[in-house]
Amino acid sequence: MEAIEELITAYAHDIDDGVLDGWPEYFTEDGSYTVLTRENLAQDLPMGIMYCQGRGMMADRIKAMQTANIFEAHTYCHLLGRSRIEPDGDGRYRARTNFNVIRTMQDGASEMFAVGKYLDVIEVRDGKPLFRERRVVLESRRVDILLVYPL
Amino acid sequence: MTLSSMEELNEPLQWPEPGVTRIPYRVYSDPVIYALEQQRIFRGPVWNFLCLEIDIPNSGDYKTSTVGEIPIIVTRDDDGEIHAMVNRCPHKGALVCLKERGNAKMLTCIYHSWSFDMAGKLKGIAFRNGLGGKGGLPKEFDPEKHGLELLRIEVFCGLVFGTFSEATPSVESYLGQPMSKFIRRNLGRPLKPLGMHSQIIHNNWKLYAENVRDSYHATLLHTFYTTFKINRLDMDGGIVLAEDKWHHISYAKRETFEEAEEYQRDKIHAAQYDSHLEGPHLLNAWNEFDDGITHSIQAIFPNLAIQFTLNSLAVRFFVPRGVDKTELFWFYVGYEDDTEEKTAMRVMQGNLTGAAGLVSLEDGCINEFVQRGTHGSEGSMGLAEMGGGSVESSDSSRATEAAIRGFWTGYRRIMEFD
Repeated sequence: MEAIEELITAYAHDIDDGVLDGWPEYFTEDGSYTVLTRENLAQDLPMGIMYCQGRGMMADRIKAMQTANIFEAHTYCHLLGRSRIEPDGDGRYRARTNFNVIRTMQDGASEMFAVGKYLDVIEVRDGKPLFRERRVVLESRRVDILLVYPL
Repeated sequence: MTLSSMEELNEPLQWPEPGVTRIPYRVYSDPVIYALEQQRIFRGPVWNFLCLEIDIPNSGDYKTSTVGEIPIIVTRDDDGEIHAMVNRCPHKGALVCLKERGNAKMLTCIYHSWSFDMAGKLKGIAFRNGLGGKGGLPKEFDPEKHGLELLRIEVFCGLVFGTFSEATPSVESYLGQPMSKFIRRNLGRPLKPLGMHSQIIHNNWKLYAENVRDSYHATLLHTFYTTFKINRLDMDGGIVLAEDKWHHISYAKRETFEEAEEYQRDKIHAAQYDSHLEGPHLLNAWNEFDDGITHSIQAIFPNLAIQFTLNSLAVRFFVPRGVDKTELFWFYVGYEDDTEEKTAMRVMQGNLTGAAGLVSLEDGCINEFVQRGTHGSEGSMGLAEMGGGSVESSDSSRATEAAIRGFWTGYRRIMEFD
């Protein structure tokens, strides 16, 4: 349990610190990462805002962000709520963690950018917990300006 | 700014002499022009996109939308007929529908309990005859004359359009033949919703209207496109303009790619990266049609666009939320008869566009950069001279701003900016 809490915390701190090269390593090789809205989840619609299937696609996201995509510099600060973690059989765990992400733009504006919950399926591989599935469920269907760094 | 140009900004806009190759920056920030657009364009002789027909599949379904800044309700009545009306109680002016979507037998304004049927007719007035014979409305009050303000509607290929003007011709003649034919190609089959989100962009709505018509920028700013050879100007492609210039189609054929030397010679930022994807299944695609077109964007005046990027089909609807703020909606759809595999591929390719689109995310900020860049220069103007001054279709090159000039041609006409 402690190791899972550490996974969830370290993930957020790495993004906040701009350490993104290792982002895919938080997931299993075939893990998935989805950013979707509460509304889409409620209506059971498959399409979110960002979707990566496997570490390769995650690495492409980071590479595109670092070399191809153009956007105004900004940083994130994740504020995490206490995680609720439950065993889910077969050495798997399910976790839910509320989050709030404050985005700071280069003009100095620090504003709430995203609020929602992480719904995770975690697997222990070689004694190390990793995300098998991480769903980032945003409360709002509306994104301010753009979403480029993972949440 | 000199005194004379400050005075000029208080005068009605005179379009600069060269015509639509010049765009006065003032049109992006002048609140008077913005207010005038609400009357002349959104209440004028245009078809405004309201929602998708699949948003209101059943009798009693309703969905709120906006025409310009005017709040709208779209309903489906007991007979299955679709209606659209202003979301404003004729009594006090309050919103009648508060929920974004729902299902109801009647629409009731919560302020004084006036109620309306799904066609917008006033059906119930609380205490109409007063209490104990006192108060109430005058005897001659005619509920027939006090329904919700109605729009004319027309459904075309699953798109629900509304207009305030009696002068607007049918949707098909409004679009013209090439435009309606292409919409039929893309949306002319039963659709299935896949997901929706929106994006706030901090710019005037017309900057996005130009942006979707700007085939020149697409492969320069959007480096992902170019790097992974999804859409480049050295692929076969072209621009089709509607006869009245309001609408356009820009298309490309991915399989015709032959590397043009200009991409390297002009040191195009976008072409400097290798095209190796570690997750290549992102770009697994099948040919949806046999015309070879793998990528298209179609803009319909005033504020609608339809994209088909590989297999990712989406309706983009950009709604003015103030002179310098726009909400851009992304409605992703597939076809009702799509296999699970096809749906999965459309979902995967959804990564290319939207608020976090590998290809499109720059558009979230680039129009804001124009909005900010032109602050304090309202007396100056931008250029749209790529491809000369012509406002004609081009079947050989997309290195042109013809569709942008087309937008401004139609805009000047409807706004009476001579």
